[in-house]
Amino acid sequence: MAQKTCASAEAALEGVIFDGMTIMSGGFGLCGIPENLIRAIRDSGVRGLTVISNNCGVDGFGLGLLLEAGQIDKMVSSYVGENKLFEQLYLSGKLQLEFNPQGTLAERIRAGGAGIPAFFTKTGVGTVVAEGKETREFDGETYVMERALTADLAIVKAWKGDREGNLVYRRTARNFNPMMATAGRTTLAEVEHLAETGTLDKDAIHTPGIYVDRIFQGAVFEKRIEQLTTRPRVAAGESV
Amino acid sequence: MAWTRDDMAARAAKELRDGFYVNLGIGIPTLVANHIPPDMSVTLQSENGMLGMGPFPFEGEADPDLINAGKQTITELPDSSYFSSADSFAMIRGGHIALSILGGMQVSMDGDLANWMVPGKMVKGMGGAMDLVAGVRRVVVVMDHVEKSGAPKLLRRCTLPLTGKGVVDLLITDLGVFEIDRKGRGGVTLIERAPGVSVEEIRARTEAPFTIAAG
Repeated sequence: MAQKTCASAEAALEGVIFDGMTIMSGGFGLCGIPENLIRAIRDSGVRGLTVISNNCGVDGFGLGLLLEAGQIDKMVSSYVGENKLFEQLYLSGKLQLEFNPQGTLAERIRAGGAGIPAFFTKTGVGTVVAEGKETREFDGETYVMERALTADLAIVKAWKGDREGNLVYRRTARNFNPMMATAGRTTLAEVEHLAETGTLDKDAIHTPGIYVDRIFQGAVFEKRIEQLTTRPRVAAGESV
Repeated sequence: MAWTRDDMAARAAKELRDGFYVNLGIGIPTLVANHIPPDMSVTLQSENGMLGMGPFPFEGEADPDLINAGKQTITELPDSSYFSSADSFAMIRGGHIALSILGGMQVSMDGDLANWMVPGKMVKGMGGAMDLVAGVRRVVVVMDHVEKSGAPKLLRRCTLPLTGKGVVDLLITDLGVFEIDRKGRGGVTLIERAPGVSVEEIRARTEAPFTIAAG
């Protein structure tokens, strides 16, 4: 009987990683990143990676770990401003970079998972993003053609999941995870809580299990906060 | 007296209307949230996947799963909703967001905007800015009128790589407010000045030609 559950990140990665592969990694900033799988990929020593991810972690955490270990050759991202090592590697020519507008990146991945090879968008028309790409007029407006994105492997993080691979994300930790789950030739999901089949609300599943090949409960969720911002508590009777 | 950052945010808040769905950029645009009139219902969109952004959490209550597009910890409101990045940018690119207020490095007389990279220096990336200016119905840019060096930022033509071509409707600087006819040939019109700032002073610090609104 087919079995999607794995004991660990290492077990989930078995037989699906190889040098020179393309990996999609979910998350926005450090929010909703598959931190267990990233650590296991670092430990696997796989190299020459192309990584598709909105950001590239920070120094010492998330995808920053793979950068430090010299495992990434190329990034496809929309914003990489939080990572000093990234800057050094990029400026010294050791790292290739392809910037995509964030919405274009999300839609390229969605299209990749849905079998749509390309689409037209207004985003980036008249900018460097549109250079060398086909443009077309629709109803008097110019649009640029963007190609779909898929990957050898998609790694995603969800809050809850079951043995079928059905996933539920929490708050803004959803971000790129649902599209990436659909666009990997193999998709691995790490969850904070692995629920018994039948216990998740079937109307509230964000990613149906068809997209998920392997699932496991992560061993450690550090869930680092990038910018801790708070407001002072005003005591009763005190004026604001 | 030139306007302060907070004055500029307060002026930008006058562009809000009851019932608007709005996306605020990082920096001065974020401060606009502090100036939403109490009798007005405005819903803030965060492009990482949330409608109905609430204030910063109380100390000790920050949730790593709940951040805004600037990666700051925030809170939800009773009517908030969460969604994926693809849904978020469908809202933005599909024209469902009424107003985007963002920062700028340069604006041209035709409404071009540059705000995402300086060649030769570090390139951080455009994030969602190119999608916002392409898809949101009305785009307001808030920025200092000149660079620290004194060089003008309201130009005939942007010299930095563009974020969007013909996308800016209104520019608010520390010296004044400018309407930009990005679709037609109306050019730039100065519609308001900061208190005590003369037209001559603005002309001296502006490369783009502009007319002055009657009255």
